[in-house]
Amino acid sequence: MTDASATPTPSEAPAQEPQQDSAEPIERKSFLSWLSVGWIAFAAATGGFFTMMGRFMFPNVLFEPPQSFTIGFPDDFQIGVVDERFKDSRGIWVVRSYDGLYALSTVCTHLGCTPNWLITDNKFKCPCHGSGFRKSGINFEGPAPRPLERYKVTLTEDGQVFVDKSVKFQYEKGQWDLPGAILKV
Amino acid sequence: MLELIKNTIDFLSQPSISLTMILVAFPFVFPPTEKFDVWHRKLKLHKIWTKQGGMIGLVFITLYFFLGFTDEHFSLILKKPDNVPIIFIIYSVLFFLWLSMYQAYENDQRLAAGEPVAEYYPAKEKVLVWPDLVFIEFIALILMTVFLLIWSIALPAPLEQAANPTLSPNPAKAPWYFLGLQEMLVYFDPWIAGVLFPSLMILGLMAIPYFDRNKEGSGYYSFAQRRKSIFIFLYGWLVLWIFPIVVGTFFRGPNWNFFGPFEEWSVAKVVALSNVNLSDYIWVKMLRIGLPSNPLIRESVGIVFILAYFGLIPIVLARGKLRALPEKLGPIRYGLIVFLALAMMLLPIKMYLRWTLNLKYIIAIPEAFFNI
Ligand code: FES
Repeated sequence: MTDASATPTPSEAPAQEPQQDSAEPIERKSFLSWLSVGWIAFAAATGGFFTMMGRFMFPNVLFEPPQSFTIGFPDDFQIGVVDERFKDSRGIWVVRSYDGLYALSTVCTHLGCTPNWLITDNKFKCPCHGSGFRKSGINFEGPAPRPLERYKVTLTEDGQVFVDKSVKFQYEKGQWDLPGAILKV
Repeated sequence: MLELIKNTIDFLSQPSISLTMILVAFPFVFPPTEKFDVWHRKLKLHKIWTKQGGMIGLVFITLYFFLGFTDEHFSLILKKPDNVPIIFIIYSVLFFLWLSMYQAYENDQRLAAGEPVAEYYPAKEKVLVWPDLVFIEFIALILMTVFLLIWSIALPAPLEQAANPTLSPNPAKAPWYFLGLQEMLVYFDPWIAGVLFPSLMILGLMAIPYFDRNKEGSGYYSFAQRRKSIFIFLYGWLVLWIFPIVVGTFFRGPNWNFFGPFEEWSVAKVVALSNVNLSDYIWVKMLRIGLPSNPLIRESVGIVFILAYFGLIPIVLARGKLRALPEKLGPIRYGLIVFLALAMMLLPIKMYLRWTLNLKYIIAIPEAFFNI
């Protein structure tokens, strides 16, 4: 079916002039200028689109929970207990050990899932790829490459514990010894 | 008796054992060289790719799932709407594998006897694309739509509660087609398993026509004429892609622990998985001097290891076993092929290192988000 038209027979091959005269021939120059108009329009539209996309990334108002907050008095926290009260609202675990009190981030350092605190096994365990962290936040099993991050903890003037999530302390950079990584109480 | 079978299956399904079995069996089932082919036929494995072989396989898999559906634990996993596609996957992957191998083996026989292949079609008669082919495609399209509609009505997609960033479901599973990647993430850093390996897969697949210029077997199925290419491809497809998806779907439970199919998914299951970096092994356990503070010195052994793996092995192979290849393929093609093959081997190697030595990372530079 398609064969007949695909292979021209010698009889119809010659003489056929390109059928240009029926339509207005487009001059090379005007074609080029149309082309540039088209491209400029295209670039403007895409540029505008991406600008708006970019603008979208910086909203006027951010409905985020505050990055720094007080969580109560040091004595509200028992020694040796992982406090899960602020996990949902603030994204931190508060742990008090004999050395002091620290706030652990609830973001797994592997790919960002939220681990669970398993009381019986005494560890944080991530449900995504099985990373495990000790109470201190040190990673010891699974693929997580580094320990959980700690947030800055200080005391307010009236003696409450103040957590500042904008300041992070990373163990692998040796920051857990810096002031603020742990609150001696 | 049934319990015994179930326990055996549970035991054999552990990734360390099942992967080993698959890797050992693989060259005998898909012989990449003539030598393996001799064994392949001695062990009567070529019978798999006959009609009886296919039937027996079908019966076995169906029995397995039957056992699963009657088991209180496995049925929970099988009946989950998320997992239904995986049952389809197992059936369809194996069916099409069998079908193509069946046709290939038949053609191999014909070729050996000097006959034309089954796909050979005397060019005088023609089947028209329109209406013959388009019509078949149209009907297939309608049937597929009907099937999808019924499926989506009968097994509605599970809607869960509103997303909450502070709560990851346990186990937190990716969609089924990503479970292979999620399984790789257990062994690798997100950059490697989530970015580098997937890109290599896509680029590698795209590059196949440039690597494999073998004209034989084009337009018809044949195994004997393209043993090595089919072997390599099926290794990537079945072992590196389908196998991890099945493991991720059926065998990963709470806390991403491994569970045999007939085992109960208990949150309380504790598996000790303490992992240690290569640098810890070297500096702390062997040399007993503690980790050097400079990350490059600390990880030097791992870096040397990886560089040697990707740098030396191709050279050694080019001098030794694969002497003929660099000349035949040209240095660039040879280098790229060996690089991709080595990358494909890295996954099982890393898995075994994890299982045997609890090795976490060969190179671990968390300071720079670089871990292998
Ligand atoms: S995200 Fe936690 S283990 Fe991967």
